[in-house]
Amino acid sequence: MRNTEVIKVALIGNPNTGKSSLFNQLTGLNQKVSNYPGVTVEKKSGTAKLNDTTNATIVDLPGTYSINPTSLDENIVLQSLLNPANEYPDVVVVVADVENLKRNLFLFSQIKDLEIPAILVINMADQMKKKGISLDIELLKQELNSEVLLVSARKKIGIDRLKNAIVNYKEVNISTIADIADRIDSDFFNRVKSSFNEMSLYKAWLLITQHHNFSTIDQKLQKRIDTYRKDTTKLKKMQNRETILRYQYINGILKKTYNVDTDKATGLRFKLDKILTHKVFGYVIFASILMLIFQSIFDWTSIPMDFIDATFAHLSELTKDKLPQGMFTNLLAEGIIPGIGGIVIFVPQIAMLFLLISILEETGYMSRVVFLMDRIMRRFGMSGKSVIPLISGTACAIPAIMAARNISGWKERLVTILVTPFTTCSARLPVYAIIIALVIPNQRFLGVFSLQGLTLMALYLVGFTAAMASGYLLNKTLKVRGKSFFVIEMPNYKLPSIKNVLYTVLEKTKAFVFGAGKIILAISIVLWFLASNGPSSFKNASEIVKKEYSNQELSSSEVDQKIASYKLEHSYIGIAGKTIEPAIKPLGYDWKIGIALLTSFAAREVFVGTLATIYSVESDNDTTTIKEKMAAEINQDTGKKLFNFPVGMSLLIFYAFAMQCMSTLAIVKRETNSWKWPLLQLFGMTALAYLASLLTFTLLN
Amino acid sequence: MKTTIASLLVGEKGIIQDISYDSVPLKLLEMGCLPGKEVELIQIAPMKDPLYIRVNGSHLAIRKETAELIQIAKSENLCEILKS
Repeated sequence: MRNTEVIKVALIGNPNTGKSSLFNQLTGLNQKVSNYPGVTVEKKSGTAKLNDTTNATIVDLPGTYSINPTSLDENIVLQSLLNPANEYPDVVVVVADVENLKRNLFLFSQIKDLEIPAILVINMADQMKKKGISLDIELLKQELNSEVLLVSARKKIGIDRLKNAIVNYKEVNISTIADIADRIDSDFFNRVKSSFNEMSLYKAWLLITQHHNFSTIDQKLQKRIDTYRKDTTKLKKMQNRETILRYQYINGILKKTYNVDTDKATGLRFKLDKILTHKVFGYVIFASILMLIFQSIFDWTSIPMDFIDATFAHLSELTKDKLPQGMFTNLLAEGIIPGIGGIVIFVPQIAMLFLLISILEETGYMSRVVFLMDRIMRRFGMSGKSVIPLISGTACAIPAIMAARNISGWKERLVTILVTPFTTCSARLPVYAIIIALVIPNQRFLGVFSLQGLTLMALYLVGFTAAMASGYLLNKTLKVRGKSFFVIEMPNYKLPSIKNVLYTVLEKTKAFVFGAGKIILAISIVLWFLASNGPSSFKNASEIVKKEYSNQELSSSEVDQKIASYKLEHSYIGIAGKTIEPAIKPLGYDWKIGIALLTSFAAREVFVGTLATIYSVESDNDTTTIKEKMAAEINQDTGKKLFNFPVGMSLLIFYAFAMQCMSTLAIVKRETNSWKWPLLQLFGMTALAYLASLLTFTLLN
Repeated sequence: MKTTIASLLVGEKGIIQDISYDSVPLKLLEMGCLPGKEVELIQIAPMKDPLYIRVNGSHLAIRKETAELIQIAKSENLCEILKS
């Protein structure tokens, strides 16, 4: 085998520059998402073959306007370039959008000053003619003293030239760009230069101004930094001055090299903005798009979901029939297969939701929604940017909470993270579906609206209202310092790239299946074990039952059923259910529901799976469905049906409010870096759920 | 009362005169909102907040509280100053 050289490349650029398109173009499906060492933030990387002897590992860094971070996402860029705990890239590719070259060059000039080899890639070159832009690329190269390439990631133009330039990265000039330091305060910077002579001056400046964003500064270095941080007002002034000088420098260059015919540039954006951000039509359109999203999540995914449901049920039966009887077969048929099925069933909904959300983001429409919703969301302690997590929350809270990362104010971000689990995630749906089918009559109201459908809609509203109301309360009560500010770019409208959209869907779905999936599967197995084992009375079940019924004449199948039922009651899980029965009796639940409640603290959808396990452990008679079995269930105290209207409603309300998802709690811990907030969610939401269900049951009964 | 971006009407333009540097986030400057640049108010969300502006080639949305920190001279006033 020949030795291949591997070059480490970092992709950096403003949001909406087509950076992801370029990344997808370079790496294809050779992508993976991993974590940065030490920091719990996702890192998207991939490999690209540059030529016969050279490969590249390419890291796609989050979009940023500047190397001075204002959010967790942007901090990654700073960390990956300057934190010694990370592997430094060999070469940085700065992706710029030809239409916003000025602002993009700002970032490029910062990277260049770090004295790292940097290549400027000007993307969307195919749009130049349409937008009336002319650019003297040779002159630009000279002026910037750097490698500059024109590409079109979407049209696959210039990709080979870029690969070539990366291979030859050692030839890239690494001199700094403009003598800005001297023009800000030459005295100050001369002192910095001499005391941080082991690094570039700009890196030293970033350490001084951004020291709080570095996790790994040792005490010695911190001391050196602190000697320059005595006058923070002066530092801020110097930062402002730096920004102004950089723009002056860039303007000087662009005047010579860049020209745009503004008449050509604004037509479509202007017209679309007039409608999409209109104070009436804007909201009407947003509401319609929301309706469309919900419609598609529920209606259009029911066929694949039913198919998945049926396939896994079938697979379970097949396993039981074909494999020799025993412990392993039972584990497979009753634990693992339903467990995996419980994860896979959500894939269609999650994929559909992210398909739509990523289309909305790609087109540039999402920024308009953020603009329209900001003022309203602020009343509830959130920001316009919180809309995206709240919508995503209807599929799954996990990716939703991670999407809150780009909210720059800590308080707004925290409130968003805390209230997102109230939105009705798809894990609640199977619970809602089965209980609604049991207790709400399948009738139409006024001849049009199905009562069951209306109930489901009401539950969505309940979740949404709870999220907003708790946001309002948290906003009033949380004493969190840290200023919030809001500056967002309103990008140009463009057609979504199918490749980008599909890759996003793939990535998010994979994250769900392998992230949340692991926990759900593990719980299913533990659950199965707890239900099929128990103390001595469990082991001697058959003798005890046979003795008890010895004077009655029962068929052998009836005896088997009695044994199974006795076994369940005396298994570990049955004992746990019995233990909490006194606490949940006021809500109308018996110990079997208690078991399901306990297990669904791991994940809500386990509720249905648990009941399925309970009832299938109870009787091996597979002719009736879970729903029929639940409908036939009798409350032993009253002798009436267990799942009557008050019990059903009380359960629905409980599931609407309770924090029953370990994966979400784990993510909240990770994102807030403290156990305080997930515990607040766990106890706050569950207490609310208990009280609300108690009220519901008492009023209805 | 000072004239700021918040006092522009939709469609009006102005030139940035002064920025309250202590309170305005650095990010806004970094995105191109700098003294001497022309601003145009493109759209206002209901309740007059946030504001959608075009400045120095960038299209940005900022909150009213931030817009109030950026002093401008309205373009029409500028014409009058030049005339007189």
